[in-house]
Amino acid sequence: MSDTAPDDISLTVSGRAPERSGRLLLIACGALAREILALRHANGWHHLDLACLPAILHNTPDAIPDAVEAAVHRHRDAYERIFVVYADCGTGGRLAARCDALGVEMVPGPHCYAFFDGLSAFDTRDEMTAFYLTDFLARQFEAFVIEPLGLDRHPELRDMYFGHYDRVIYLAQTADATLTERARACADRLGLRFERRFTGYGDLATTLDRWAEA
Amino acid sequence: MADAEDDLILSELPDEELVPQMHDDLYDGLKEEIEEGVHILLDRGWAPYTILTEALVAGMTIVGRDFRDGILFVPEVLLSANAMKAGMAILKPLLAETDAPTVGRMVIGTVKGDIHDIGKNLVSMMMEGAGFEVIDIGINNPVEKYLEALETEKPDILGMSALLTTTMPYMKTVIDTMVQEGIRDDYIVLVGGAPLNEEFGRAIGADAYCRDAAVAVETAKAMMTRKHNSMALG
Repeated sequence: MSDTAPDDISLTVSGRAPERSGRLLLIACGALAREILALRHANGWHHLDLACLPAILHNTPDAIPDAVEAAVHRHRDAYERIFVVYADCGTGGRLAARCDALGVEMVPGPHCYAFFDGLSAFDTRDEMTAFYLTDFLARQFEAFVIEPLGLDRHPELRDMYFGHYDRVIYLAQTADATLTERARACADRLGLRFERRFTGYGDLATTLDRWAEA
Repeated sequence: MADAEDDLILSELPDEELVPQMHDDLYDGLKEEIEEGVHILLDRGWAPYTILTEALVAGMTIVGRDFRDGILFVPEVLLSANAMKAGMAILKPLLAETDAPTVGRMVIGTVKGDIHDIGKNLVSMMMEGAGFEVIDIGINNPVEKYLEALETEKPDILGMSALLTTTMPYMKTVIDTMVQEGIRDDYIVLVGGAPLNEEFGRAIGADAYCRDAAVAVETAKAMMTRKHNSMALG
């Protein structure tokens, strides 16, 4: 069983197929693959398989519930239980409703920023004017922010999108100086102040730990 | 569209070609061409309101339709919106001097905790283009600010916008407060934003959910007509 994640581009556009060797399956956003595989490796969760949906679904939340449902149906017969490693992620409660109907559990909270930070900590923060990055988003800033917003072609639109933001908060899952500089460059590009907050894996670790016991 | 027409001289086009050309320029987000086109039509004696509806709003409606159908995306719509805004900036003072019809008044703002105003700004612009007077109260509005604006501005319509699933429930707080204050039925309440849907709009007690700016205009117009009809009957 390999704990090495596919490259970021594959995770962004095509996701990851499961190993089909464990008894439990995690269906996750491709943006979480590295973190989940790192946790699996560190904890010896060899009974947990990982399937990833394309991370770029992040930019079209409407498509997430159908994609998750299709993946659950596709893999259901091969596993004892399936867990969905998505939070609400902009689906407006539709993913939760779909997971309820499918009888599968998902990660609580509004998005991965919140569960990396820790839901209780995130709830108390007043960071309406912060734009968040994670390790994955710092690496894939062009594909997830610059290109979809057309800022590569029309940089003049920047302030229409980000005029009310005042900072980028980089929620760091790992201590990586190069990635921190990359995140700082993202903030510079958006014309925003930079802040780094080390979160580690936050509630993702505790949630997976609980599921691994199932 | 623009590449093949780089050498086009707008002032040499007759009206029946200039207006469709302005639709194309709006589609391509060509701000300076739109400004030029508006000035040409004004010089030819067109009424500001006619320019607004036939050249700008009609063009922006095409943009809205193609956005809805997945042909255009947000960056292109924003460029078009900037071009339309530039055209409207020329027309607005002129419209104020004339007897351009006002279809109704709308107060609009994003809800508390939400700073995302691209959708709200598009709706404001399209509503103004459709003849509504729009009072934009900006971003991050607590219920008190909405109520104050309703009291002060006495609009026909309240529009609320949210981009985040964490902030959209606040729309219900506003509507519930309006119910408690006994003023809910005095206004048409329209809601919109990416994570919303019709079911959510119904569940929180809004009159309608509007999936995009063009739908907001159509819905607002239809509801204003219904309001006038029921007032006439009553």
